Amino acid sequence: MKRITGILLAVLGFAGIVWADNPLSLTGAGATFPYPMYSKWFSEYHKKDPNIQINYQSIGSGGGIRQVTEGTVDFGASDGPMTDEQLKAYQDKHGFAVLHFPTVLGGVVPTYNIPGVSGELKFTPEALAGIYLGKITKWNDPAITSPNSGVTLPGDDIVVIHRSDGSGTTYIWTDYLSKVSSEWKDKVGKNTSVNWPVGLGGKGNEGVSGLVKQTPSSVGYVELIYAVQNSMPYGSVKNSSGVFVKADLASVTSAAAGAAKNMPADFRVSITDASGKTAYPISSFTWLLIPSKFPDASKRDAVKAFVKWMLADGQNYTEALSYAKLPKEVVAKELEALNSVQ
Amino acid sequence: MSAASTIVPSAGPVAGSRSFLSRLREGDEIARLITFLFAASVVLITVLLVYQLWVSSVLPRHKFGLAFFVTRVWDPVFDNFGALPFIYGTVVTSFVALFLAVPLGIGASIFLAELAPARVSDTLEFFIDLLAAVPSVIYGVLGIFIVVPLMRRFIAPVLKNTLGFLPFFKGPVYGIGFLTAGVVLAIMVVPYIISVSREVLLSVPRDQREAALALGSTRWESTWKVVVPFARTGILGSIFLALARALGETMAVSMVIGNAPTISASLFSPGDSIASVIANQFTEATGDLYTQSLIELGLVLFLLTFILNGLARILIATTSQRGSGMGNA
Repeated sequence: MKRITGILLAVLGFAGIVWADNPLSLTGAGATFPYPMYSKWFSEYHKKDPNIQINYQSIGSGGGIRQVTEGTVDFGASDGPMTDEQLKAYQDKHGFAVLHFPTVLGGVVPTYNIPGVSGELKFTPEALAGIYLGKITKWNDPAITSPNSGVTLPGDDIVVIHRSDGSGTTYIWTDYLSKVSSEWKDKVGKNTSVNWPVGLGGKGNEGVSGLVKQTPSSVGYVELIYAVQNSMPYGSVKNSSGVFVKADLASVTSAAAGAAKNMPADFRVSITDASGKTAYPISSFTWLLIPSKFPDASKRDAVKAFVKWMLADGQNYTEALSYAKLPKEVVAKELEALNSVQ
Repeated sequence: MSAASTIVPSAGPVAGSRSFLSRLREGDEIARLITFLFAASVVLITVLLVYQLWVSSVLPRHKFGLAFFVTRVWDPVFDNFGALPFIYGTVVTSFVALFLAVPLGIGASIFLAELAPARVSDTLEFFIDLLAAVPSVIYGVLGIFIVVPLMRRFIAPVLKNTLGFLPFFKGPVYGIGFLTAGVVLAIMVVPYIISVSREVLLSVPRDQREAALALGSTRWESTWKVVVPFARTGILGSIFLALARALGETMAVSMVIGNAPTISASLFSPGDSIASVIANQFTEATGDLYTQSLIELGLVLFLLTFILNGLARILIATTSQRGSGMGNA
């Protein structure tokens, strides 16, 4: 009995030491897409300032918005901007607004598996929308073959593959299709999951890529990072300037730079189908959702200090993890907006 | 320990004649109360669960009403939700699973309980229990990498060539779909059927078999005509345990069903199930109506399980009128 009490006391004492070392702990929750980046940032920042410990739960963008609105976390994170109704709900509940801060950029790429075709395919917006609407059903449809003159495409049926789970990736993909096809906009629309006209669903990037790899003559979409890390073949997409651009970190950042000129003050902007010759058209920001008022001044200072660091030194870590960094113009605007957090 | 415990408390019927206070002191009443609370907690948890699902799905119940059960659309963008494709997928995949797993499971349990030497039976039982404990995501991976390619290359073409005139085996084959999900579910639930049925068959009294043999029946006749009917209630119980597991299975189904809310007679077609769509979409669901519709799907699954369990009870009650005394199943 004495021994057990002794051990218990030792454990408690040890825990006390560990806790005492971290007087300030921040919690965040939300998007899964930037999770590898965020966890790297939070651990690097903890090394820099051992007094601050940031815990992040990657529960999904929807969950991030819900939790920040409920006030159960210090900040949220989302791959899609909050809607006007969601902002209003937040304002009504708390009496002050919640702000969006872009952190990094991601792209979504079309990937495919066509027996006998090894070259890189070029996709027009019309072809992608037609395939996902179920109107283009064969690989040798003129909408697909005309930009791919050097490639012989078979007459097989296209098997369309999409995400089955709600995800920011689907939001970006459907946001793009809504911009380039009015029929898509009216019939399907954009969201983290939609009522797909055709196709099979795979769970997560790994589910989609698994189905594409296994199913002959299929097409799907995955995050750029995922395609790069798994060396999957993916096609280039024609942007609004009429140039076929293959997604990479530079072309994604370039899409954001084009949008930076007329960036709204609240940063809630979609950069799909962005202008600019080098812009990759299926790109998006991902955001931190930070309350504009903190009752606890020490938490407020910690959050502000972290965001400031993330926008400066933090951006140097992005490319090692295959995330595209923010353009300078956006960083400058965000630093300005950070002052309004009280 | 106190001195009171040296008096041995007398058994049930006598205990009733003593005063409440003495029963309290001797611990009978306390034990009764505690075990009663444990038993009541099961009911309480069920009631709380239904209550919570009910109050958290107010919006879609008011907006869609009973149409929720027959609407075929699931559209998070235009806020139109219906449960029919998911109910259909859940029932079809579970039915396919039982269709395959029941003969296999009962056959195997008869062999293990009646025909196999005890050592073989016990060794195999160890492996079967091991199978029952495998996490479902492992079965999902097994499904994706083994069942799906097998289905696309061999099973589906053979079925199309032989039974292709049936509506169940028409249409394009993707490898994933209702049939694949049903097969994976069958693999998952077979261990339950074997394990429970074997225990039930083993607990059939020895004199039943001896009597049958003494009357001149063969080994197989005594097994099939005497032992199995005697254990019928318990075997049915194992099947309904398997059904409950199949209805609620999430991960493995989600990985091989195709996740497209379609209603098609073809078993090759991709579909979706209730548990799978909740797991897929809940984390990223935005907007109250969408989230609450997913919760109402949970309520529908509860209702479905309740109805099927009720039917099971009725089936057991009507079929076990004669002969079956297996209360200990």
